[in-house]
Amino acid sequence: MAAADTNTPAISSHEARVNTQRVRRNWLLSLPAICLLLIGASGPLLIVLIYSFLEPGDYGGVTWKPTLDAWFKIFFRVDIFDETVHLADAHLSIFWRSVKLSLLTTLITFAFGFPTAYFIATRSKRQRAAWLFLITIPFWTNLLIRTFAIMEVIRNEGIVNTLAIKFGFIDTPIQMLYTEGAVLLGMAYVYLPLMVLPLYASIERFDFRLLEAGYDLYANRWQVFRRIVLPLVSPGIVAGSILVFVPSLGAYVTPRVLGGGRKMMIGNFIELQFGQGQNWPLGAALSMLLLIVVAVALLFYVRAISGERSHG
Amino acid sequence: MAEANRAAKKGKTFSVKTMPGFTTVAMICFIVLYAPIVTLVIYSFNAGNSIAFWEGFSIRWYFIALENTVVQEAALRSLIIATAAAAIASTVATMAAIATTRTRPFRGRTAIYLMINQPLMVPEIVTAVALLIFFASIKVATGYTGLGYLIIAHAAFCVPFAYLPIRARLESMDSTLEAAAADLYATPWQAFRRITLPLLAPGIIAGAMLAFVISLDDVIITEFVKSAGQDTLPTYMLGQLRRAITPEVNAISTALLVLTLVLLSVFFVLTRDRRANPD
Repeated sequence: MAAADTNTPAISSHEARVNTQRVRRNWLLSLPAICLLLIGASGPLLIVLIYSFLEPGDYGGVTWKPTLDAWFKIFFRVDIFDETVHLADAHLSIFWRSVKLSLLTTLITFAFGFPTAYFIATRSKRQRAAWLFLITIPFWTNLLIRTFAIMEVIRNEGIVNTLAIKFGFIDTPIQMLYTEGAVLLGMAYVYLPLMVLPLYASIERFDFRLLEAGYDLYANRWQVFRRIVLPLVSPGIVAGSILVFVPSLGAYVTPRVLGGGRKMMIGNFIELQFGQGQNWPLGAALSMLLLIVVAVALLFYVRAISGERSHG
Repeated sequence: MAEANRAAKKGKTFSVKTMPGFTTVAMICFIVLYAPIVTLVIYSFNAGNSIAFWEGFSIRWYFIALENTVVQEAALRSLIIATAAAAIASTVATMAAIATTRTRPFRGRTAIYLMINQPLMVPEIVTAVALLIFFASIKVATGYTGLGYLIIAHAAFCVPFAYLPIRARLESMDSTLEAAAADLYATPWQAFRRITLPLLAPGIIAGAMLAFVISLDDVIITEFVKSAGQDTLPTYMLGQLRRAITPEVNAISTALLVLTLVLLSVFFVLTRDRRANPD
């Protein structure tokens, strides 16, 4: 604005005033939303960050002594007797399970989501809207209800076991609920739409004449798919994968309902730290760690999205 | 055209777009997506106590759920919170959308975007824990333990969902009408009240509905923020997990599903209108 003032003083001082007014108006209009989000979302995160550098209180809560102990405890534990430092195996196995299940969820949703998105994108315009609507409905319906639905299907007295026994495939019900497989199935089920939608957006913009060109040049289907389709829709693949991976990593409801507390993921582990008068700073540090991982993943997401825009 | 020749030999027409097996996988996907939900709905009409053995059609579980005072209170609480949160979220989102759309970029606009979309980016469990700590200290300091905390928390994470359709509507709106109003000596407030707001209304309603649905669905943040005896329908259902599950839970789920579906249909009608006849 200062630069504008020096150029053409007479007009631009007025312009600058209008501009300042406009900016002030925009900030004033945004203020209620900002305040609400500061109180109800962003601000409290700062408290969590501070708590992660404090000592745990005796009955939950914190004592106001600064320490890096909580961050240290995420990965290491100190032996009570000889004070040697070991890796915290229990924590690491929970992290490993979280990462493993999230990656597998991403893979499974991709394996099923890609053909589905491709199928929808190759329908006629009218049909596309209907198929997309079918994908969107589960996306907006209650996650807990969808998880319940999976639980009822796979539990010991559930419909799968009951039918299998009735038709004589098995004698006793197979324990499916409260296993890692159940958590995986549940997450793939609830997050599938998050994979299909960005994939669809990418494939829909794909120029199918390129396939014709590929076939004209004696490529077979696999080559066409591998060398033309996949590279061109890769921003959508990255976007979909991150959109599935991020909520999977922070999942809480699905592992709680389908893993039954035995197959904990990092989200449930965080809750545990706050639940029963436990180590609040450790829980806070774990939350921050999760936040950092998610933020890094989202940076990749933003890059994938902007790559998409520039090529489309 | 090796592939085409091969297809021709098999007597099939060759389609450039088709990939082998994709349609089958897609169909499996759609079936798998809906089968569990359909099963859940069907068993809500089971006459027996089981969610596996079919003992005839009945709507008795709906009556049992309706007569359960805990369910009644939880349902009422869910509706109060969702209504309040949707009202607050769509109001602040409308103001923010007007500030950030159809205006030249200004310093801090990206910061406002980030702020508004923050609930979409931070894992819900992290926000839930943060709110637990924050609200717990306020509860101790003030002694107030009402629904206010839940309403603020819900309103906050509903803001981005309300903001998106409102912003989309604003972006597709013609600004010449407002310019005409200003030319005819309407004050900014009159122009907003008589021109912008009526044109924007479908977007605001759509945003409010999305916010309502999102609030109605929430489990994690509610579970952490609620005081004792403040169960909403989803947290009540989560609590039922520890007991033997009866079709009552299915009946509640089905009722919630129907409500969500109705709201979503209205949402889609409202947002499709925009594309059909762009103002």
